[in-house]
Amino acid sequence: MRPASPLDGAAGVPLLPGTRRPLPSAALGPVGWLRANLFSTGWSSAVSILLLYLMARWAVAFLDWSVVDAVWQVPAGPNGPDTAPCRQPGVGACWAVISDKYRLILFGRYPYFSQWRPAIVTVLFVGLYAISACRRFWRWELALIWAATLGVCGVLMWGGVLGLDFVPQDEWGGLPITLMLATFGLAAAFPLAILVALGRRAWEMPAVRMLSVIYVELIRGVPLISLLFMASVMFPLFMPVGLNPDKLLRAQVAFILFAGAYLAEVVRGGLQALPKGQYEAADALGLTYWKTMGLVILPQALRMVIPPLVNNFCSFFRDTSLVLIIGIFDLLTSGKVAMTDPHWQGFGTEIYLMMAVIYFAFCFAMSKYSRGLEREFGHANTR
Amino acid sequence: MAVMVRQPPAQRRMHLAWSDPRFRSLLWQILIVGLVVAIGWYLAANTARNLAARHIATGFAFLGRTAGIPIGESLLPYDPDVDTYGRALLVGVVNTLRVALVGIVLATILGTVIGICRLSANWLLSHLAAAYVELMRDIPVLLQLLFWYLLLQNLPAARQALHLGNLLFLSNRGIRFALLEWHPAYGWMAAMFVVGLVLSMAWNRIAHWRQDMTGTKPPVWPVALALLVAAPLVVWEVFGAPFVPDYPALRGFNFEGGGAVSPEYGALLAGLVIYTAANIAEIVRAGIQAVPFGQAEAAQALGLHRGLVLRLVTLPQALRLIIPPLTSDFLNLTKNSSLAVAIGYQDIVSVADTTLNQTGQAIEGIAMIMAVYLTISLSISAFMNWYNAHIALVER
Repeated sequence: MRPASPLDGAAGVPLLPGTRRPLPSAALGPVGWLRANLFSTGWSSAVSILLLYLMARWAVAFLDWSVVDAVWQVPAGPNGPDTAPCRQPGVGACWAVISDKYRLILFGRYPYFSQWRPAIVTVLFVGLYAISACRRFWRWELALIWAATLGVCGVLMWGGVLGLDFVPQDEWGGLPITLMLATFGLAAAFPLAILVALGRRAWEMPAVRMLSVIYVELIRGVPLISLLFMASVMFPLFMPVGLNPDKLLRAQVAFILFAGAYLAEVVRGGLQALPKGQYEAADALGLTYWKTMGLVILPQALRMVIPPLVNNFCSFFRDTSLVLIIGIFDLLTSGKVAMTDPHWQGFGTEIYLMMAVIYFAFCFAMSKYSRGLEREFGHANTR
Repeated sequence: MAVMVRQPPAQRRMHLAWSDPRFRSLLWQILIVGLVVAIGWYLAANTARNLAARHIATGFAFLGRTAGIPIGESLLPYDPDVDTYGRALLVGVVNTLRVALVGIVLATILGTVIGICRLSANWLLSHLAAAYVELMRDIPVLLQLLFWYLLLQNLPAARQALHLGNLLFLSNRGIRFALLEWHPAYGWMAAMFVVGLVLSMAWNRIAHWRQDMTGTKPPVWPVALALLVAAPLVVWEVFGAPFVPDYPALRGFNFEGGGAVSPEYGALLAGLVIYTAANIAEIVRAGIQAVPFGQAEAAQALGLHRGLVLRLVTLPQALRLIIPPLTSDFLNLTKNSSLAVAIGYQDIVSVADTTLNQTGQAIEGIAMIMAVYLTISLSISAFMNWYNAHIALVER
C-alpha cells in the first residue's frame, strides 16, 4: 500500500490537484480566530492574558469614575451652583461642570442671548468641510461656495446688519475662533504655498528660488509660538503710526505665514513626483509658463498631494490651540477660563476631557478621510 | 560604455526683448526682489519710527543688565539678584536642551516599541498600539501638556505623598527619588564602562574578521559582558565598594535629598514624549512594512533565526526609510518644547518672553528665540543627515 500523503482526502482517496482539504474545525469560527490572533504561541497567550486583565481592571475603574459614580447635575445655590455633591469622598467625575459651563467653553464671551449665531457658524463650517470632502464638488464652483459661506459667517459673527446686534471682535470666542483660524488660515495659506512651491522649483530664477528657500526654511526652523509672539508684540511696531490691527487678525497673519511654509513643502513634493515628460510635453505644445502650470502640472500635482494636505490641515487645526499663549479666546482658552470659576475649582480634568473629545472628533474624521483617499488614489495608480 | 551626455546649450547673448525667456526671467526676478525689498524697507521704516516714538533703544546692551528674573530650576548656577539677562537666557537655553534631548531619547524608545507592537501578530496588542497612536495624534499637544500638568498638580501634598517604599515619592511638589550619594568611584566606573564599550566594539570587529578568515566566530557576547559589566564592578570593588543611598525625606512641607523632577519638567516631558512617540510609532511601522516581505523570507531561507532576520536584514533596510521623517519629528519635539511657557517651565521662550516684557526689547527677544531654535534645528538636521549618509545604500 502507498504511504499516506498529506494531500490525501478523508477516505484515503488522493485529492485532485487544486482541491483543498477542509480546514480542521479548530481553525474555524471564533475559536479559530482566537487561536490564530490571541493565543498563537505561548508568548502571545501570555501577552493577551496580561492585556485582557489590565484592560478589564482599567475599564471598570474608568466606567466607575466616569459613569457609575459620576455627578451629572448639581442643585443651584443662593450664589451660583452648589458643588457640594461633587466634593464628597468617593464621587467620580463631576459632569455637572460641563452642563453648567458648556456655553462658555463653546462660545466664549459672546453675548449669551446671541449665541445661536456662533452655533450656526460652527454648523456652517462643518458643512463646508463636509461638502469640500465630497469629490463630486471638486470643481471651481467650490471656491464660490467657500466665499459665500465665509461671507455669511462674517455677517453672523459681526452682525450690525439685518437687525442683528453688532458684536465686536474681542467678544468672540470658543470653537468658532478655532474653526475660523484654521479655515481662513488654510484658505489664505494655500495660494501662498503654491506660489512659494513654484518659486522654489524655478531653476532659471535663482533670486526667486533663494527667497522661497529662505522663507520656507526660516519658518519651518522656528516654533509657531515665536511667530505668534512676533504677531502679538512685533507686528504693532511694523505698522504705520496710529494703525493698530486687531490681535486676532495679527495671529491669523502669523498663522497663514506658518501654514504657508509647511503647505509649500507638501505642494513641492507633488511637483517633484510628477514625471519630467509632463513638463516637456507642455513645453512642446508651446504653452506659456502659467498655462503649463495651470492646465497640466498643478491639476496633477495637487491631486497627488491631497491626502498629505488633509493631514496638514488636521495638524493646523490642532496647532490653533497655541493661540492660548498670546491670550486669544479660542476653544482651549475658553476652557481654561471656565476652570477659573471659583465655584468649579478642581474640576479641570472633566473640562480637558470634553475639549479633547471635540479636538479628537474633528481630527479623527479628517485622518480617516485622508486614509480613505490614500487608499482610493493608491488603487487608481496600481490598476 | 556608451553614455549619452547631453551638451548644455551654448551660451548666447541675451536679447533685450520680451520674447527672450532669459530676459523675461531676469525682469521677473528684479520685479519680485524689488517688491520684497520695498516691503521690508517699508516695515523697517515704520519700526524705526515706532521705536523712536516709544523711546526704545535698539541693541543688545540690555543683556549685560541685572535680570532679576527668578528661575525655578537651573543646571547652571544662577542668582536673580546678581546675574544678568544674558545669563538668564543661557539658563533658558540649557533648560530647553535638557527637555529636548531627554525627550528625543525617551520618545524614540517608546515610539519604536509601540511601532513594533502595531505590527505584532497578536490582535489585541496591535490594536491597542493603533488606538494609542490614533488617540495621541489627534489631540493637540498643548492640551495634553496642560492635562498632565493638572494631574501632577492634583497629586496629594508632600505629607500624603504616594510612595514606593522610600525610593520614590509622588506629590504635588513633583517627583522625588532615591539616589546614591556621589563618590569618585562612580566616575571611574563610568570611565571604565566607556573603555569597555570601545574595547567590545574593537573585539566585535576582530571577531568578524576572524569569521571572514577562518569561518568560525569567536564568542562576542561573553567578552562584551565581561568588559561592560564585570570590569566596572571590579573598579567599584577596588575603591572599597562605596554604597551610600540618599533617600528623600520629608522636612517641613517639602522633601529634601535624593533626585527631584519638578511638576513642570515632568509634565512637559511626559506630554512631549507621549505625543511624539505616537508619531514615531507610525514612522517605524511604515518603515518596517515598506521592506518587501521577500527580504525576510530570503533571510529565513538562508537559515537565519527571527532575531537575526530583524537585525541583519529588515531593520537596516527599514532604517533608511525611517531616518528622514524621524529627523523632522525630532525637530518637532524640540520646537514643541517651546510650549513650556504655557505651564511655567522656564525654557528659552519663557525667559525671553519675561525679558522682553521687562525691557521692552521685543525685536531682540524674538530674534534671539528664533536664532536659538534655528541653531538647534540646523544642528539636529546636520547630525541626522550625516547619520543618514552613513547608513545609506552604497551603490556603484
